[in-house]
Amino acid sequence: MSALYRALKYAAILLWSAFVIAPFLWALTTSFKTANGITSGPTYIPWLQYEPSFEGWRLLFSSGGGGIAIAGPYLSSLVVTISASLISLALGTLAAYGLSRFTYRAGFVRNADITFFFISQRIMPPVVLAIPFFLMLQFLGLLDTEVGLIIVYIALLMPIAVWVMVDFFNTVPRELDESAMLDGCSPFETFWRVILPNSRPGLVVAGLFCLIFGWNDFFFAFTLTFTQTQLLPVAIVALNSSVTPWWSLSAAALVSVAPLVAVAFVLESYLSRGNLAGAVR
Amino acid sequence: MSVDRGKLVFVLPGLIVLVAIILFPLLFTIRVSFSGWDVAQPGLDWIGLANYLRLAEDTRFWESFARLAVMAIGSVALEYLLGFGLALLVWRDVRAGRFFRVLFLIPMMTTPVIMAVIWRTVFHESLGPANDLLRLLGIASLPWLSDAALAMTSVIIVEVWQWTPFMFLMLLAGLLSLPREPFLAAAIDGAGPIRTFLRVTFPMIAPISIGAIVIRLIEASKIMDTVYVITSGGPGTATETSSYYIFIRGLRDFQIGYAASLSFTYLVIMAISLTIIAKVLARAMIVKDNAV
Repeated sequence: MSALYRALKYAAILLWSAFVIAPFLWALTTSFKTANGITSGPTYIPWLQYEPSFEGWRLLFSSGGGGIAIAGPYLSSLVVTISASLISLALGTLAAYGLSRFTYRAGFVRNADITFFFISQRIMPPVVLAIPFFLMLQFLGLLDTEVGLIIVYIALLMPIAVWVMVDFFNTVPRELDESAMLDGCSPFETFWRVILPNSRPGLVVAGLFCLIFGWNDFFFAFTLTFTQTQLLPVAIVALNSSVTPWWSLSAAALVSVAPLVAVAFVLESYLSRGNLAGAVR
Repeated sequence: MSVDRGKLVFVLPGLIVLVAIILFPLLFTIRVSFSGWDVAQPGLDWIGLANYLRLAEDTRFWESFARLAVMAIGSVALEYLLGFGLALLVWRDVRAGRFFRVLFLIPMMTTPVIMAVIWRTVFHESLGPANDLLRLLGIASLPWLSDAALAMTSVIIVEVWQWTPFMFLMLLAGLLSLPREPFLAAAIDGAGPIRTFLRVTFPMIAPISIGAIVIRLIEASKIMDTVYVITSGGPGTATETSSYYIFIRGLRDFQIGYAASLSFTYLVIMAISLTIIAKVLARAMIVKDNAV
């Protein structure tokens, strides 16, 4: 491998890294600015170029006066995302195992059609569903509640779980099932005692994907909750009104993004062990 | 037989829950699309095909499809090329490879609408760092968000930043799962890196590529909140996508009936075009088995 090729390779890697990091660094430095620090034009280095202030970070934890009391929305986001992800993962994994191992027929419907039905739910844009979901939750008395959002998110996340897990189960050798069946296990016992314990990589990846897409939803949280329940993205975007407080906005963005960065580490560790291959095919 | 009944235990719970959640919204949308439900007349009357006749002549709706096609296909194509390139770069023997892999994954973990708020400050014409960087390079400032073509470019840049990691993840996982034998065979035949890529790597990675591209196209065509925050569809209607136009008619103008007819038309068109795209991609990318 020539030296030139190596130099180009690392240059490309570093260039992309800079592009990835840039908005985070910009948000970090902005979060320590005041109104003066922002209107004087783009500056980057605290003390040298502007006088740093902790106002943006202080506003995160205070209510009133531009504060956003971030703890409440943070907790709501966690509760909704984790509950919906776990339920979607459980239902999606069951369905995926069935679709991977058995043949279903109902009229002209075959396995592939059922799988397509699950995954096709992702085609619907949130804006199409917002009004009917609004009326549905209103009818159920679940508007502006965490339970209401969890129900909606299950429809959003289950297709992801089915998609990842069907592909994963297709890579798990069928001999495992067959030997369990020969030992007298029922289909469910086979799944529960033999397949599930061997499915950690698939479950982790599917679960993380559910967490990512659940945590990052904005539109449903925006249209289906108002005052009683507020999720993190809505609380933060609400700051983006008439006069945008760049400082608290940046601080809030960094805080909201932080927990999912941990997800990147977990995903990568599965990638490096070669466990992810079956789970994303 | 017990196996036959036993197998329903797996699929039915998920299917029932999903249908229960999704059935009402879907049927409701279809029914409302034949009504004149709006601010003046909220309720389910029957106006036949009036909404559909109106949308057939609604050029703003059809133009939003053209813009969506540019935005979605443009950003997904870039994401695929960049994601594949990055995956190849950190696939083998790279110093601190694991560090870069984690770093490359991070944008996909962040909330699009929150990052969009940050990006909007980045693209701010006088106070943002994007123009500052251009000044540093001796280039004139650009009206990132107030020029039609540039606003589209800005949205695509943000999309590419956010979602290239998804392609990177899919393709790197695929690359790491490839068997070694075909590469050894190619090496023995004296194939260079380009030939090896074209004859071995690319054909073996094609099925994963197609899956990843189709999934990204599905997700990208729903783009709405990023546009809402960065450009609000502007300047004019330069970045107004289909979802965003449905949002304007339905949730802003409150023409529920008309928005429902737009929604249903959108779903039919997307289902058909995504199916065609998936078929075309499969034909174009999966070449006859001529690997070394």
